[in-house]
Amino acid sequence: MPLDLFTVGDPIADTKAPMDVPIGERWSTRRFRGRLVNPANRRKMTIIVVGTGLAGGSAAATLGEAGYKVKSFWYQDSPRRAHSVAAQGGINAAKNYRNDGDSVHRLFYDTVKGGDFRARENNVHRLAEVSVNIIDQAVAQGVPFAREYGGLLDNRSFGGTQVSRTFYARGQTGQQLLYGAYQALERQIAAGNVEQHARTEMLDLIVVDGRARGIVARDLVTGEISTHYADAVVLASGGYGNVFYLSTNAKGSNTTAIWRAHKRGAYFANPCYTQIHPTCIPVKGDYQSKLTLMSESLRNDGRVWVPKERGDTRDARQIPEDERDYYLERIYPAFGNLVPRDIASRQAKNVCDEGRGVGPGGLGVYLDFAEAIQRMGRPAVEAKYGNLFDMYAQITGENPYETPMRIYPAVHYTMGGLWVDYDLQSTIPGMFVIGEANFSDHGANRLGASALMQGLADGYFVLPSTITEYLADGPFEKVDDSHPAAAEAIAGVRDQVQRLLSINGTRSPASFHRELGKLMWDLCGMERSEESLRKALDRIPEIRQEFWTNLKVTGTEGSFNQTLEHAGRVADFIELAELMCVDALHRNESCGGHFRAESQTPEGEALRDDENFAYVAAWEWTPEGAPPVLHREALEYEYVHLAQRSYK
Amino acid sequence: MLVVTVTDSAQRRTPKAAKTSSVFKKVVMAVSGIILVLYLIAHMIGNLKAFTGRESFNHYSEWIRTIGEPAVPAQTTLWIIRVVLLAAVVAHIWAAVTLWRQAKRARPQGYVTKKAVAQSYASRTMRWGGVIIFFFVIYHILDLTVGAVNPDGTGSTPYDRLVAGFSNPFVTAFYVIALLLLGMHLRHGIWSATQTLGQSNRRREVTVNAFAIVFASLLTLGFLLVPFSVLFGLID
Amino acid sequence: MTATREGAIRVGDATDTPAEKRGMTLNLRIWRQNGPSAKGKMVTYKVADISPDMSFLEMLDVLNEQLIQAGDDPVAFDHDCREGICGMCGVMINGMAHGPQQTTTCQLHMRSFKDGDTIDIEPWRATAFPVIKDLAVDRRAFDRIIQAGGYISVPTGTAPEAHSVPVPKKDADSAFDAATCIGCGACVAACPNASSMLFTAAKVTHLGLLPQGQPERNDRVVNMVAQQDREGFGGCTNIGECSASCPKGISMETISRLNHDLLGALRAGARPKS
Repeated sequence: MPLDLFTVGDPIADTKAPMDVPIGERWSTRRFRGRLVNPANRRKMTIIVVGTGLAGGSAAATLGEAGYKVKSFWYQDSPRRAHSVAAQGGINAAKNYRNDGDSVHRLFYDTVKGGDFRARENNVHRLAEVSVNIIDQAVAQGVPFAREYGGLLDNRSFGGTQVSRTFYARGQTGQQLLYGAYQALERQIAAGNVEQHARTEMLDLIVVDGRARGIVARDLVTGEISTHYADAVVLASGGYGNVFYLSTNAKGSNTTAIWRAHKRGAYFANPCYTQIHPTCIPVKGDYQSKLTLMSESLRNDGRVWVPKERGDTRDARQIPEDERDYYLERIYPAFGNLVPRDIASRQAKNVCDEGRGVGPGGLGVYLDFAEAIQRMGRPAVEAKYGNLFDMYAQITGENPYETPMRIYPAVHYTMGGLWVDYDLQSTIPGMFVIGEANFSDHGANRLGASALMQGLADGYFVLPSTITEYLADGPFEKVDDSHPAAAEAIAGVRDQVQRLLSINGTRSPASFHRELGKLMWDLCGMERSEESLRKALDRIPEIRQEFWTNLKVTGTEGSFNQTLEHAGRVADFIELAELMCVDALHRNESCGGHFRAESQTPEGEALRDDENFAYVAAWEWTPEGAPPVLHREALEYEYVHLAQRSYK
Repeated sequence: MLVVTVTDSAQRRTPKAAKTSSVFKKVVMAVSGIILVLYLIAHMIGNLKAFTGRESFNHYSEWIRTIGEPAVPAQTTLWIIRVVLLAAVVAHIWAAVTLWRQAKRARPQGYVTKKAVAQSYASRTMRWGGVIIFFFVIYHILDLTVGAVNPDGTGSTPYDRLVAGFSNPFVTAFYVIALLLLGMHLRHGIWSATQTLGQSNRRREVTVNAFAIVFASLLTLGFLLVPFSVLFGLID
Repeated sequence: MTATREGAIRVGDATDTPAEKRGMTLNLRIWRQNGPSAKGKMVTYKVADISPDMSFLEMLDVLNEQLIQAGDDPVAFDHDCREGICGMCGVMINGMAHGPQQTTTCQLHMRSFKDGDTIDIEPWRATAFPVIKDLAVDRRAFDRIIQAGGYISVPTGTAPEAHSVPVPKKDADSAFDAATCIGCGACVAACPNASSMLFTAAKVTHLGLLPQGQPERNDRVVNMVAQQDREGFGGCTNIGECSASCPKGISMETISRLNHDLLGALRAGARPKS
């Protein structure tokens, strides 16, 4: 495709996975072959961990236990608030407690297939292997998983699989797993092994002689800019879904840590892969600040429909059966309302685009329990879904037992992230990236209950084992603020803060964020086309231009200034948005969460182009003005056969 | 130099030595409270002897002073009871005052607007109610035990003092107010002691609260019977 | 008098928004304090065109946008997930922690108010929760209570097979109920003594109910209680404001359980680390 928007660089490859042994032995082989660091040397080495979610919290705790000096950073007041806390559904593990044919290999297979064949086989297999240890670890920490009357752990099934392998703690699995990691982290803080930096935001990476050696951070309470040095830096700062402004992410979730690292040389992989969750509560008005997800289990009994006629504004209950279009049941008779997330989301968009959407602004479809209530009785529906119905009522003020709920898809997770090798090391030696912040395990689409699994696998088990290979060469020469690389990074951060404060225009950071988010949602959202992406790529530089000339940030640098924090994050989102659109434009195929209008089957389903796009797109930042450089990592499938997904 | 390396204040913090645990204070309060409640039960039953007439009541009063004789000297048992009660009162007040002060220190600046959403009237009157009850007890001892402030004076018999004191409606009114406060104090106190001693749970909560209400009401009623009877001439 | 407090909206009492509730105008009296040591005061603001469907924090967003436009300093308040689980948000609204419903501030919606209302908004007030700015307070005292013993010591990789220790469902469910505490601090804010007992008790109960939590049970409770006293929280006098203000409905039973454990631990000779 002729594109002036990027240039193509050398291919990139993972060289760390031992390819000379079968896939089932690669992780143990890698652990055996990797060099170790003896306990006396660990005490001499410092590791910075940014973020305290499932990945960062578990990594900081585990590295602290191992004897390294750990410095942990988070932007909230307490590490317990990281957004992993909001995950509802559960965590997958190949325990096969149900004796239903589950195995490590099946979890591996399901995940690669669910990711629409755009994930790296080696990483996914390791994830499946490690999954069983996570459950053991969490149970020992006191995570109160759901249990059966016999006292053993309960499991349920989740989308995209035929076995019951999901462990859960009511609808708050993320919260309970995070508290397990948080408590382990607090134990290490108390033991003096982890130094805590609350309400501190990483604003740049310090790279010395090609190695990541520290970060520049801002204390959000006092505004002080400080530097922190280490032998290795671990980023666990989560995903970038807030580039869309409205998402199910926390308000503070941002791309700043990984984006600034990207600008220091870390490749950014597959930025266009975003997951849109089909069952969220629709937007109500311009003031909306946040979208709330409701468990997709609702689709087990609820029926999705819209009026057959466009512009039908009658009350839902007034619309007779034969004037309703149960479109998922109509289009996908085999799977009906239970099609995968990406398909359910896109069809909702299609019917709304046709003008048949319901609710304010026509951006919603009905999720109707009338039939379920008739069939099962209201008490049974209440027992199964009561808490979700209450949540819906709390937010919307409507009664879902009487009128159908309205739902609409929302941005939920980003599969893309910084490129890492099998060791979870980025293209900057000494900088490791774990959890949602990296790109590694989910390909183009993440299966339900796999995000918690990946975060904890990376933090508890993978990173602490692989980082030793790098640290075996350490400790590295001491660095301080006088080093030119450090001085340059500090100056850059100070300069940006000053610039943001001195523009003194008329628009708040939030207004730019909203504008950018709407643009991304409309043009680089559930469905992308060359036309829409080109339009976005025309608009984004204009937004950036206006941002840097018409922004208004009140207050001062040296104080608790939430507007300033937000401004810095929006600046990075604007730059990231551009790369996302370039990536989406260059990937002229549909796969998983990335649906290109030009690439679909005659029935309108996502059509992959394995011949041309079975690769990871790893983007290299180039200084302003120059287009980004694409490095391709070819994906080869030895164990899972490439196939077109079908849910009809 | 513009850049500083921040050491987290939490890590600089040197913890003060833990003062006596707040829970320990609550246990002292619960145990001393239980002692006082046991005494109150006995006291109330004794009071009801006023209905059996002057002779019987004065004899009862005398008996308290001679328990254990001749094995022990006169008033030994009474003084043991008095010492235990005094210790319980001192402990109860010490715990209350230190917890009160701790609460003040814990929130030196109050809210501009604060509403109670669950707090019972009884629990809100624990502190001021306690102070009033304390002063009442002092007056009560001076009135009926010592007789110093009683119209019949120190030389009279307990029964005379009882009748003389409660014939004055103002005295009776003061008694009534104090006893109602005492009732509320017990209503929250009994529930609170159960919690503090770790004996409450969700299953028992209703029972404990019901017991506290019934017990506090009965005790208050029992105490009120005598002054009202005097006031309305049933005892003279 | 005791104010009535509604539970979080249960389906059945939810109704469609009446037309007259659209576009409310409200008077906000907000605590403004420039920094930890600055003197603060209540400042009155007016916001118009507030939709009943807005969340309370979205209403504050509207105010802040208004303030930024006017070149004033926006009101600082903590918030993050805005779905009621992270525990970051929390302010006193008309004298009640998280406002008139038993939920988090982010899940309180403006349909709980009516046109022309005056709403008082203050930060959590406690010595152990110093004000950072305006409505934002520092709650790290809670983390230090956890550091004192709110964990099970199990280094990564040392865990036995998950099914090796069955846990009765009843215990697992009760432990879960206590473990749902989000550490928002409403209990401290609402308590007339500014006590953190409910927070500490929730963690002691959660871990104390599970077999995995037994080895450290005695040390955990004495150290966590000692730490909460050290942090400058008040003592518990069993009033119950905490539980009634808790967005997750943590029960007073947990406090009884803590007391029970503490007395047992002290009898067994456990003493707090100094």
